[in-house]
Amino acid sequence: MPRHRIAGIALRYVLLAWIALVFVFPIVFMIVSSLKPDLQLLRDSGSLRAFLPVGDLSFGNYAAAFERAPIARFVFNSVFITGATLVWSLLLCSLAAFSFVFLEWKGRTIVLSVILATFIVPFETIAIPLLLIVNNLPWIGIDGFKIGWLNSYHVQIIPWIADALTIFLFVQYFKDLPRDLVEAARVDGATWLQVYRRVIIPLSGPVLATAAILKFLAMYNNQFIWPIIVVQEETYRPIMVGLMYFFQLNTAWGEIMAYLTIITVPVLAFYLALQKAFIASIASTGIKG
Amino acid sequence: MGEVQFKSVRKEFGGVRVIHDLDLSVPEGSFTVLVGPSGCGKSTILRLLAGLEDVSSGSIAIDGTDVTYKEPSERGIAMVFQSYALYPHMTVAENIGFGLTLAKRPKAEIKSRVEEAAKILQLEELLDRKPKQLSGGQRQRVAIGRAITRNPKVFLFDEPLSNLDASLRTQMRVELAELHAKIGATMIYVTHDQVEAMTMADRIVVLNAGKIEQVGPPMELYGSPATVFVAGFIGAPKMNLFEGSLAEQNDCETFGIRPEHISISADAGDWQCRLRHVEHLGSDTIAYVDSDDYGPITVRAPGSYSISSGDTVYLSPQREFEHRFRNRQRI
Repeated sequence: MPRHRIAGIALRYVLLAWIALVFVFPIVFMIVSSLKPDLQLLRDSGSLRAFLPVGDLSFGNYAAAFERAPIARFVFNSVFITGATLVWSLLLCSLAAFSFVFLEWKGRTIVLSVILATFIVPFETIAIPLLLIVNNLPWIGIDGFKIGWLNSYHVQIIPWIADALTIFLFVQYFKDLPRDLVEAARVDGATWLQVYRRVIIPLSGPVLATAAILKFLAMYNNQFIWPIIVVQEETYRPIMVGLMYFFQLNTAWGEIMAYLTIITVPVLAFYLALQKAFIASIASTGIKG
Repeated sequence: MGEVQFKSVRKEFGGVRVIHDLDLSVPEGSFTVLVGPSGCGKSTILRLLAGLEDVSSGSIAIDGTDVTYKEPSERGIAMVFQSYALYPHMTVAENIGFGLTLAKRPKAEIKSRVEEAAKILQLEELLDRKPKQLSGGQRQRVAIGRAITRNPKVFLFDEPLSNLDASLRTQMRVELAELHAKIGATMIYVTHDQVEAMTMADRIVVLNAGKIEQVGPPMELYGSPATVFVAGFIGAPKMNLFEGSLAEQNDCETFGIRPEHISISADAGDWQCRLRHVEHLGSDTIAYVDSDDYGPITVRAPGSYSISSGDTVYLSPQREFEHRFRNRQRI
């Protein structure tokens, strides 16, 4: 191999390693700091020691964090709310996209454009109207019939199931699937629902993974403003709201770092599980474009 | 089983009419080929019959039953697509048996019918493979197998051979014709390749711009084309068509003579011409000549015929094979 090519490859690796470090530093800082007492944490933050597991290390912050907030409850709430939203979202958004792409009905282009237009509406502008709506909706649960959805899991799930981005992802993917497959299945005697279930969904692995990851991140990381508005009881609180427990009179930075480390675990686990499919889907859309 | 009737069928896409009042009857058990240039509406006709498009007006009947508004699966048809349309996530066996699985047939019946189809198409060894592990010809066979297991009254083929290479296409042409002879069902086959039409069909429907130009057995279309369009479309190389002085001499508007019905000689003949280009095909020699009086003319000579570009040659049309047209119609 010629010398300038080796140099080029070396340079590329140095650059990539540097970029990787830049992205990893905050996480390393968080994990390392979660093991340090507050005083040392603040002292180290001015130097490179902030990223190194040195000094007086212990799991004391974790024990304190668990004492301060019902962390297990919060993690369960968040994972449950996110998981339930995710499953319903993948199902309903893919069905909606299926209808937009494969079924012929009047006005579908307009409806799709309206849905896509909701992209540009920030959540903050609809938060209050949405609150008024959910406050007046009926619900039948295990404890019987009641009006108003406040202080529940479903108030944190149902409004988030349908979203324009997920529908858009499915629409784009379905458009690229060969139409002949759908027609062949129709001739073979498949109902539309069978076409969806037996032909389209089995071929939609990459888009399901992409949509799942994006939805998971959006749900898990952004459960803050809405839960603060609609949930007053600790029982239904998600982890992001739980963060407020640590910003009291005297902020315990070590405990905050411990809390953040704990709540990062589910996200990382989910992402790593679907990473391969996620990258594959990005790669395949790249080739098509 | 399998007689198809189109009655005044029209199809419009966004106000543009692509099929004009189609009246066509396809006899049961026939191998009917719809042939025409791109955009003539032949695939649309097939899709209307399959139920994949709705007619704008008119009706379609299979075996006397009106199927115009029936679902594709209720029409008793099976279709083989140009792209094969095999389900990539299913094995060959699952692909072939998909229709039966949907119809909730017993497992044993599905298995035996899949094996039967596989045997007819020599796919027995491949039943556990996925489509991407198959060659083009094998995929084509699986697509046909899927059609066979549906046991349809009418088979529809939408340019099924156009993705295959030339030698495989010739082989599949023979196999399809043999399959037709074996199972005897009505087959409707769409192609833009007139060679496929001539070799496989017992009836050809020539289409142009959404209208039928002529319907008949291959040799009838070849021997007495009803319109100038059919004359030019059927036969390879194309028929020589002349307008102007030669047509006037023959008391018509368009005068036609096929390349194989012109004798070529180096010494004497009716028309003196200059040889522009020669193609030696082995069995035949195709000569492209220029006549000062009539323009370019194509001639088919025996393979042994030896001439070279630039030579002066003499052509003599065989009068018993001439074709005369007025208003684009045969007279």
